[in-house]
Amino acid sequence: MARRTLILKNRYFDSVFLMQVARRLAAQPGMGEAWALLATPANRKVLAGLGYGEGDADFAAAGPSDLVLALEGEPEIMAAVAADVEAWLSRGSGSGAAMEREPRSVAEAVTEHPEANVAVISVPGAHAAREARAALAAGLNVFLFSSNVTVEDELDLKTRARAAGLIVMGPDCGTAYLCGAGLGFANTVRRGPIGVVAATGTGLQEFACHVHRGGSGLSHALGTGGRDLGDAIGGLTALAGLDALEADPATKVVVVLSKPPGRAGSALLKERLGRCAKPVVLCLLGAEGGGAPNIATLDQAAALALQAVGIKEPLFLQSDPALLRAEALGHVARLRPEQRHIRGLFAGGTFCYQAQAIFARAGLVVHANGPLAGMLDLPDPWTSVGDTFVDLGAECFVDGRPHPMIDGTQRRERLLREGEDPTVAVILLDFILGAIASRDPVGDLLGAIRTARDAAARRGGDLCVVASVCGTEDDAQDLQAQTRALEQAGVLVLPTAAQAAAFCREAMLILADGKGVA
Amino acid sequence: MTQPFTTLLQAPPVFVNVGVREFGDSLTEAGFTVVQVDWSPPAGGDLKMAQLLDDLL
Repeated sequence: MARRTLILKNRYFDSVFLMQVARRLAAQPGMGEAWALLATPANRKVLAGLGYGEGDADFAAAGPSDLVLALEGEPEIMAAVAADVEAWLSRGSGSGAAMEREPRSVAEAVTEHPEANVAVISVPGAHAAREARAALAAGLNVFLFSSNVTVEDELDLKTRARAAGLIVMGPDCGTAYLCGAGLGFANTVRRGPIGVVAATGTGLQEFACHVHRGGSGLSHALGTGGRDLGDAIGGLTALAGLDALEADPATKVVVVLSKPPGRAGSALLKERLGRCAKPVVLCLLGAEGGGAPNIATLDQAAALALQAVGIKEPLFLQSDPALLRAEALGHVARLRPEQRHIRGLFAGGTFCYQAQAIFARAGLVVHANGPLAGMLDLPDPWTSVGDTFVDLGAECFVDGRPHPMIDGTQRRERLLREGEDPTVAVILLDFILGAIASRDPVGDLLGAIRTARDAAARRGGDLCVVASVCGTEDDAQDLQAQTRALEQAGVLVLPTAAQAAAFCREAMLILADGKGVA
Repeated sequence: MTQPFTTLLQAPPVFVNVGVREFGDSLTEAGFTVVQVDWSPPAGGDLKMAQLLDDLL
């Protein structure tokens, strides 16, 4: 097989579309491997690491606005692709509606559709603030999915929004629900009386799914972005969101989900919630001593929100550490003595954070990219060390690449590498269903899970793979089908991400005690 | 022209999608109105040039 790269100057496509192009190319007879990526520095590094573009001046000169097709295959198929590149980059005619001319700017869109009131923005970070300013200037509220937006831009956008009576959700806002419309990565959940302000995208998804499975639903859920409650922004979006939910007749309970925002942000939140006219649930993930009741996990927050609307804590939200420990003992007994370490490979940043918090409370220390206080920094996010939790949705992994919730490639490769490490005892995974997410998140990793478990078995041990699935039975991927596929592959599936982390905590405590090890 | 945020929670929103098309597609599938913008980086991705153009206009 031969390799070649094709550079197309100034050709922008979003990373999700390019993933689809790459998959179509890779599926061609005679094609071994195909990549379609914008030539960001990170992507050029990945491709160079795979041996593409060596001595190629065009490749070396390519920038983030240029498209690279990197192909490995039989000469015939590569020549055929090179001869008709545009056909591969066509979105296809599809339905007749797709042929309509689309506005080229937000301003043009609003001129044509003055009834529009929310902009959903997911352009690359360097351009995101500009588009958000255009949206605010056109009178639109903003859902800003893009990351890599400076804090100065964020403050400017939110100040402009406040002056105009609008709201900016984000930047780096993964999920929101407005009047039943799920924005970004959103699960199919019913509407109901619970209103949410969330500074965490996957945290909101998990909470929403628990509420749905518990029999209730959301009125609205407003995302703030992770920095909103920090000193620099002063909670501009969170406070606007709380005012709106307090005034909203459909909202009976107000829930706030956030990582601990620091002293000023916590004080601000508690003061505002203290004078809220509706019942409130405040969940500061992993926070110690945040007042009684101290809600430190997403499943606890869901249980309390359900109680506040008159629903008894559902069984799946109840967790007994003694039962988890008993089950963990059984798993640990099957390990070889050298199997000592855990590797958490997360698609959801909040799940990585929550798992760290659950470990920290038990005095367990892991390496992490984005470590909590008391945890160790992972010097190279691409390489695990000892006990490691890695958030594969961190910016370094998604610069010009789809998020791991959409494209399981990077996580699959990482899982295969962890499986080759004979010191690994436990793998902790999260699977996130819903709109935009991969059509089969479990299927994307199933082969790698089996390979890793088989390798451990050949070494005479066992690999304990633990997972949780964030989703509902109404999501296109189907919670039950995804869970069943994991269980059939020998994966232990817990009903919540916090319970999965708690099980791993018990297993690691047993390993630390030296019990159960032959 | 400005729609205050407080009215946003009272009726199904109408969206303008800028960027990944799937975000708009999922809202359309769920029955909401979405206007898709055919976006590409301004000034061929040259941020300084884009800023200069913004300042001029």
